[in-house]
Amino acid sequence: MTAEAGPREVTMRVWRGEDRQSGGFVDYAAGVDPGMVVLDVMFRVQATKAPDLAVRWNCKAGKCGSCSAEINGHPALMCMTRMSSLPMDEPVTVAPMATFPLVRDLVTDVSFNFEKAKTIPAFKPAPPGPDGTRRMYQEEVERVQEFHKCIECFLCQNVCHVIRDHEENKQAFSGPRFFVKLAALEMHPLDTNDRLELIRLKDGLGFCNITKCCTEVCPEDIHITDNAIIPLKERVVTRYYDPLAWAKRRILGERTRGRAD
Amino acid sequence: MIEREERSYDVVVIGAGGAGIRAAIEAKTQGANTALVCKSLFGKAHTVMAEGGIAAALRNVWQEDGWEVHFRDTMRGGKLLNNWRMAQLHAQEAPDRVLELEEWGALFDRTKDGLILQRDFGGHRYARLAHVGDRTGLEMIRTLQNRATELGIDVLMECNMQRILMDGGRVAGAFGYWRQTGKPILLRAKAIVLATGGAGRAWRVTSNSWEYSGDGLRMALEAGADLMDMEFVQFHPTGMVWPLSVRGLLVTEGVRGDGGTLRNKDGERFMFRYIPEFFKAETADNEAEADRWYDDKKNNRRTPDLLPRDEVARAINAEVKAGRGSPHGGVFLDIATRRSADYIQRRLPSMYHQFKELADIDITKEPMEIGPTCHYFMGGIRVDADTTATTVAGLFAAGECAAGMHGANRLGGNSLSDLVVFGRRAGLYAAQHAAAQRAPGAVDDGELDGVAREMYAPLERGASLTGAPTPGSEDPYAIQNDLQGTMQDLVGLIRTRSELEEAVTRIASYRDRLGRVVVRGSSRYNPAWNLTLDLVSLLTVSEICARAALTRTESRGGHTRDDFPKTDPEWGKRNVVVRRRDGALHVGTEALPEPPADLRAVIGEQPKPAEHQGAIESTQPAGLGARTR
Repeated sequence: MTAEAGPREVTMRVWRGEDRQSGGFVDYAAGVDPGMVVLDVMFRVQATKAPDLAVRWNCKAGKCGSCSAEINGHPALMCMTRMSSLPMDEPVTVAPMATFPLVRDLVTDVSFNFEKAKTIPAFKPAPPGPDGTRRMYQEEVERVQEFHKCIECFLCQNVCHVIRDHEENKQAFSGPRFFVKLAALEMHPLDTNDRLELIRLKDGLGFCNITKCCTEVCPEDIHITDNAIIPLKERVVTRYYDPLAWAKRRILGERTRGRAD
Repeated sequence: MIEREERSYDVVVIGAGGAGIRAAIEAKTQGANTALVCKSLFGKAHTVMAEGGIAAALRNVWQEDGWEVHFRDTMRGGKLLNNWRMAQLHAQEAPDRVLELEEWGALFDRTKDGLILQRDFGGHRYARLAHVGDRTGLEMIRTLQNRATELGIDVLMECNMQRILMDGGRVAGAFGYWRQTGKPILLRAKAIVLATGGAGRAWRVTSNSWEYSGDGLRMALEAGADLMDMEFVQFHPTGMVWPLSVRGLLVTEGVRGDGGTLRNKDGERFMFRYIPEFFKAETADNEAEADRWYDDKKNNRRTPDLLPRDEVARAINAEVKAGRGSPHGGVFLDIATRRSADYIQRRLPSMYHQFKELADIDITKEPMEIGPTCHYFMGGIRVDADTTATTVAGLFAAGECAAGMHGANRLGGNSLSDLVVFGRRAGLYAAQHAAAQRAPGAVDDGELDGVAREMYAPLERGASLTGAPTPGSEDPYAIQNDLQGTMQDLVGLIRTRSELEEAVTRIASYRDRLGRVVVRGSSRYNPAWNLTLDLVSLLTVSEICARAALTRTESRGGHTRDDFPKTDPEWGKRNVVVRRRDGALHVGTEALPEPPADLRAVIGEQPKPAEHQGAIESTQPAGLGARTR
């Protein structure tokens, strides 16, 4: 058990404002009880100091991915960040995610992600087996189940420097969340759709230079880089840049689905 | 006339959890121009929190299962107050709906033969819950979300609906506001599906998030629809109790389904002392048989740890009251001594993570401390079993906000299946209704102006302020806090007349205070303003819940009256129905439809009087403190 002291007073340095230029940090003193997470303290600030403080949240259990923010500069879920994990003798800063346009205070406009989702070719299952069932085995579904753990908190998108620092890349880059989604579809035992061409061209997989920032912030511990992005890159390489595969394709014709594994 | 954004659809689905998304998918597939309105971002609705699984008699693990057995379990779990036709449709259609999720990309855990694996859960005779570890709801909502995205359904995110608009006797649209801008929006519609869930946020110790304010229940009532069974609120037996900041957070029934057991502070498996007569024949009365049951269901009876939720919640409450609780006012849930660490981490990864991160507890080594938490509304909008139509033309309802399917108590796992079975039906019949209309009904501009005035009034009172608030002005957070205290203390697990009457009086005083709320700042993502509007629904639904509870003078399922501790067969034939006419609430009862003879035979014997247990000496769940929500 972590030793947690009794109630104590903490300074919360919270970003307030309706646009990035005119807004700034405001300090609020707040009482913190043992066990509290950052989101609890935000509620306390709302109820006692700043009723209109905009905070997006929902499940408060690390399952919905709504309350993403930058806590002491570190992208994290407010509902899963224990106050006791932060140095409480200095101000705790809470800021909105930097990569997305600001709505107000800690709330950002994450519609970029929902727009990207629309561009991804859907799951297309193979027909059922002769007995009418779709048999899959635990071992083969497990690696895709890892990707299905994604709660769409978009912290990986927020931290990915391809779009965090380069607004212009957003057009041609889907970001780690969607590489995970693409990997989930490509590795789904029943899927028959082919997305490699898109992954290479429209989704901008090549922009990723595997710095693993996304993996580090993932609250679900999905191995985004190792298990999703790198295997996708390998598939693209096999399909488009492997001379043997190229020759085979020329001789035998294009397969509907490139399996690199 | 106020300035407003306007859109026109065939079908508008309000609420984007499992039922709402499934309804929108069906309506769109039927060719209807469909909008899906989410109070949050898409994919964040409460379905995402569902853990244990989706109940369907797939017969992958137990060949002996079948829809009749599922139907029987559901009816008995609901203390026979269910709408039999809904329970029948649900049991019959759930397997197809699960397989359809698989066809849309869901990846459930597998049996050795490569089929969907099923797990044990409370009140289910056989292992019946298709699941993905303990994050089934996430898998389900994401699968449905992907499908809806693929179909190109218009999704309106962070959009709160405030009023169903009527043209004479039929639905004409819905009116509300965007959270991100605070600006008004009118959705004209030929048919509306409500899938807005319950109102569990009215309680202090709750597994529900801020979204659960009962908007759909209030809007349906105001549009002229009936609410039914509103006294039945499920308190899930296993919510976290410590630390205070996570009090109420759900601990999946899958812990017990996978072998976990409840113990009091003396280490006793106390559930053996709380087996009601109604379930005696099918429940093990000793530890050895209970433990054998997990592997051999033919020769052993089910462990009392997996009695229906109402029974377990009352038993826990009674243990705590008797002084045999855990240090923080709950009891112990132990899986550490019963299953290997590897098994626990594989089967219950979210629970492992949740306790580790939020409570510094390693559930593979230590027991959890748990207690009852407000979880689910069995009651809601009265609907036609087959079509989900309400009594208002063009208005449909599905999921938690609809009544009937679960009777007096819902079995775990029957919610996710309810969402997809009746979500699909709602979308289908709403699309058919829309197709039969030439044009959407007319909208009354005067009515819209009135709703808008009410909506923005708290902000306008704030805008006219300079300096300190005027004396007598109210703060929405304080009202919410008081309401949660009242519902927790007076309309909780165990109820009594004087306390329910006191609750009704207090709720009326909160309504007065709500009229004096002053909100500062703009309408743009302003949580104080949003909460003020949510409180309109919360107060309406809370009052109805208390008044329905006063009306039902017996104990049954999720409604326990200390002053009427027995189950009364006469009450078993009636539903409490609430409607609003000329601005006044009318609370009455109506006859429950009786199942046909062949289904009565499937259900088996009826409950006898004096069977409701656990209400013994207690009045309220003991020692329940604050959950900061």
